[in-house]
Amino acid sequence: MSQTREVAVVGIHEYPLRVAPGVSALQIKAESASKALADAGLSWQDVDAVYDNGQNQNIGGLSISEYFGFKPRLIDVTSVGGTSYEFQAHHAATMIAAGKANVAVLTYGSTAHSGRIAIGTAGATGQGAPTPFNNMEDSWGMTGIAGYGMVKARHMHQYGTTMEQFAEISVATRYHAMRNPEAVKAMTDLEFVGVNEITVQDVVDSRMIAWPLHLLECCMVSDGGGAVVIASKDVVKNTKKKPVWIIGGGEATKYRENGGDITVSAGAQSGPVAFADAGVTPSEIDVLMAYDSFSITVMLMIEDLGFCKKGEGGDYVSSGILKFDQSGGPALNTDGGGLSSNHPGERGIFCILEATRQMRGESTSQVDNAKLAVAVGNGGQLGARHATSPIILAAD
Amino acid sequence: MTMRPQPRFPEPDTQPFWDATKEKKLIYQTCDDCPEVIFYPRAHCTKCGSLNNTWNDSKGLGTVYTFSVVMQSRHPAFKDIGPYAVAYVDLDEGFRIMTNVINVDDPVNDIKIGMRVKLAWLDQGEGEIALPMFEPA
Repeated sequence: MSQTREVAVVGIHEYPLRVAPGVSALQIKAESASKALADAGLSWQDVDAVYDNGQNQNIGGLSISEYFGFKPRLIDVTSVGGTSYEFQAHHAATMIAAGKANVAVLTYGSTAHSGRIAIGTAGATGQGAPTPFNNMEDSWGMTGIAGYGMVKARHMHQYGTTMEQFAEISVATRYHAMRNPEAVKAMTDLEFVGVNEITVQDVVDSRMIAWPLHLLECCMVSDGGGAVVIASKDVVKNTKKKPVWIIGGGEATKYRENGGDITVSAGAQSGPVAFADAGVTPSEIDVLMAYDSFSITVMLMIEDLGFCKKGEGGDYVSSGILKFDQSGGPALNTDGGGLSSNHPGERGIFCILEATRQMRGESTSQVDNAKLAVAVGNGGQLGARHATSPIILAAD
Repeated sequence: MTMRPQPRFPEPDTQPFWDATKEKKLIYQTCDDCPEVIFYPRAHCTKCGSLNNTWNDSKGLGTVYTFSVVMQSRHPAFKDIGPYAVAYVDLDEGFRIMTNVINVDDPVNDIKIGMRVKLAWLDQGEGEIALPMFEPA
């Protein structure tokens, strides 16, 4: 399929703080929307489509539109965990291209840190309305991290991937984080031990949280949020910054299934769809913004989106090509990722934000002459049920 | 000691499964209209949508598909019990269950992917449900 340039990301904002006591998630969303619209050179009144994850308000898409004061002609509440924003961007691009709206706003806000939400280590509460999922999973003490640990363990068993190879993902991500002042402030404010570049040895020597996942393979729990403004090519003519075109997208889900292969993510299905949609191949990609909840999540995205063969991700990541100043493959998570910059629970929006910065030439770890980026989110629980959506962005 | 989170009812899909555990039976469904093994329990077939299915007894023998050893849990029932293994076990009848692998000294080193395991019930009180766990066979 030939590449179309009908819809673009025209405005972005990443809420700068990761420790933000005294503000609400809704306030983070509204402030981010305001600043992303200013970044685009568009007004509050220009917004005619609202995309939301349906959290933070009583009646999903209705309440959030009221809170903002928008009068949308299109509302989409898609909530599939941390990749909700890639799903939403894909939907927005499709609907805007179809002429159903002109200016869409996607927002995210979370106070996971200040609210003391132990995303990865809390385990099931045993509270709330009964569901089949909870009834079959709550009693085992499964923590969020252990769910990803089970996938990593199987990857190591099935392909011989080593702890050291997984650690390379954390090392490259921290390398980028140390060049991003907001990430440095994040790690400082969250009291990271050692706000500095790290080595493979540092990672494998760090405390085991859920074998085989070490502390330095796990994302932070921060406050934060952001916004993305997506607009039609007609609107693009009047925006302030260079547009970043959305040229492809795909969506898929994967579940724990009898006899299923837990090392293959939904990205194996949605990746090829997105690349075909964009008319490009993985070898052409300059920047890979892959949701790094944990090292294993990135490993699966690299393999399942086709940057290397299945099972060869260990060799791929240890070949030294993940850093922004190395050639041979796309730079990985150049903002510092969820591991070292920003993870308030649903990181997918930040993958779009940094991919956009790269396509504009605004990253703190800018890849020379970057033309194509993939932002791929992973939502839910990798080892139980998850959604994976890559969107492909192109520089103007 | 704080109880583990318990299954909660009414929840009609999983109630028969948990009721059977009171008699130390591990049961699972097969579809009457296609070869699918349905698990976790549901009233419909996840493969063909059929509403006709049959409950069967499992022999409780299987293989560790994968596992993780939790070193840090904030839940009161788990935070002080030391490292414990959560796992997916593939039962010989063709269904994959989330569970714990127990009765090993050192879960990181004593549990292996592909290891044979057998059912070991953890009682949750007189007349209550029991939790199906697994131990080395």
